[in-house]
Amino acid sequence: MFEYWNPHIERMPIEDLHKMQEERLRSIVRYVHDHSSFYRQRFREAGVQPDEIKRLSDVTKLPFTSKRDLRNTYPTGMFCLPENWVVRYHVSSGTTGKPTVVGYTQGDVNMWTESLARALTSIGMGRGDVIQVSYGYGLFTGGLGLHYGAERIGATVLPTSAGNTERQIELMQDLGSSAIACTPSYFLYINEVAQKMGMSIRDDTKLKAGIFGAEPWSEGTRRRIEDSTGIKAYDIYGTSEMSGPLFTECHLQNGIHIWADLFLIEVIDPKTGERVEDGERGELVVTSLDKWAFPLIRYRIGDITILNNEPCECGRTHPRIMRILGRTDDMIIVRGINVFPSQVESVLMKIPEIGDNYQIIVDRKGPLDVMTVKVEVTESTFSDKIADLMSLSKAVSMQLKSVLNITAEVELVEPGAIPRSEGKAQRVIDKRKV
Amino acid sequence: MAAIKQISIFAENKPGRMARVAKTLADAGVNIRALTIAEAGDFGVIRMVVDDTEKGYKALHDDGFTVSETDVLAVEIKDIPGGLYEITNTLSVNNINVDYAYAFVTAKAERAMLILRVDDIERATKVLSEAGMRLATREEIQNI
Repeated sequence: MFEYWNPHIERMPIEDLHKMQEERLRSIVRYVHDHSSFYRQRFREAGVQPDEIKRLSDVTKLPFTSKRDLRNTYPTGMFCLPENWVVRYHVSSGTTGKPTVVGYTQGDVNMWTESLARALTSIGMGRGDVIQVSYGYGLFTGGLGLHYGAERIGATVLPTSAGNTERQIELMQDLGSSAIACTPSYFLYINEVAQKMGMSIRDDTKLKAGIFGAEPWSEGTRRRIEDSTGIKAYDIYGTSEMSGPLFTECHLQNGIHIWADLFLIEVIDPKTGERVEDGERGELVVTSLDKWAFPLIRYRIGDITILNNEPCECGRTHPRIMRILGRTDDMIIVRGINVFPSQVESVLMKIPEIGDNYQIIVDRKGPLDVMTVKVEVTESTFSDKIADLMSLSKAVSMQLKSVLNITAEVELVEPGAIPRSEGKAQRVIDKRKV
Repeated sequence: MAAIKQISIFAENKPGRMARVAKTLADAGVNIRALTIAEAGDFGVIRMVVDDTEKGYKALHDDGFTVSETDVLAVEIKDIPGGLYEITNTLSVNNINVDYAYAFVTAKAERAMLILRVDDIERATKVLSEAGMRLATREEIQNI
């Protein structure tokens, strides 16, 4: 049932993989240098010539690039081919600044599709599966990315896109969706709406897998989703700069397999830029090895993760990244302490008395930062005694303190009081004036 | 069993919450017999005894409120000095704790009614009845 899409590549001995990466690194470095004035200038500033990059370890001689470069060269200044090679654009929403544009040659689209075909196969998807793609279609990469990947492996695509939740549930039932791809927060909302419609995902649909990503989520949320709906919840990863969603965990659910023939990844200390040891958390840096319209050289993605180079028990030799813990830019600093929303989530999802949604509000009272965490009281555990509710909010606060090292006020709110989202959930509201 | 059902609602301490609860019950045609609000900072719990508990519970639940049903006792209080003492003393000598209580009077009834949540409802029913106190049944509350 759990097969390989491309067994030769996926199980390639590590030495052979490294050799392949080395060759591809040499040619992509030469390529960007010859095709892009942006990269030529960057290399010159860093004092590095393409022929100095011979071995894999030489990659550290190359300069970093980042979203700032992408914005400064808006719209297509980092592209390495003329626009008439580009078969498609995607554009990021620009919620954290100016929008960013990415482009693909036909080969780049094929690479993206190949990557997802391997990933979807590794979680047991294939011919006969109906994959409901509830990521947004359009400028966002999620919908179309999954769409092509699912078609490639012979699955049936149900392109519902995001929104219109009741219809999603009806179609899921009527057309027998066996998997759904969306943000984990949107799936929790779908589950909530299904219950209100008097049906259960477990008993009334054929859904067996969820492919969840586009926002950081925790093991606790995975357990909640799996326990309440009976499906397997898989983590998917990728950013628009890298193409879109590209990689998932395999069926063993122990880290996301990053195809080493397509991308070279490093994990660095965001402050010093030095590589951290395997197993330590740091910022993900990506060099694309088979992407031609818009290649990436040591691009700082901004996501915080942990690298694991051990081959997986599933037989795949490619490196894995463990769960995305957050982004360098959604980390909030409260009273000088770094807090990731995913840390808060991991605490909350272990407490059965509270609901699936939460919101973190940071404000300033006088000179002091105050963090308030809003959680919903669920009806199944609602006690009519005030003392029980008070001790619930105290227990949540104490558990947050033990993980975050910071005191958070916990506010119990009514179910539904926290806004639901069909895409990425807004978990943090920072009211501090900077 | 002389216990009656009370409806409890979790509510944020914000303008309009009580009005929403009241409107839901009004629309459902449910009449409130007694009501109390316990508040604790950001939130509170609205507790009430209504004429038709099932209907009230369903209406509130369907409107998205966090609702629960709790077993409570409705004990008649004599309208004389010491009326409340008689009840609470009976519970106290039997070592039964009162979690909370609230009272109401109706136009028709000559006596007041005390709603009690206790830690041991069966024993409380027994000792209060043995001490000669009258506990209202569900039907009585419905028909007041």
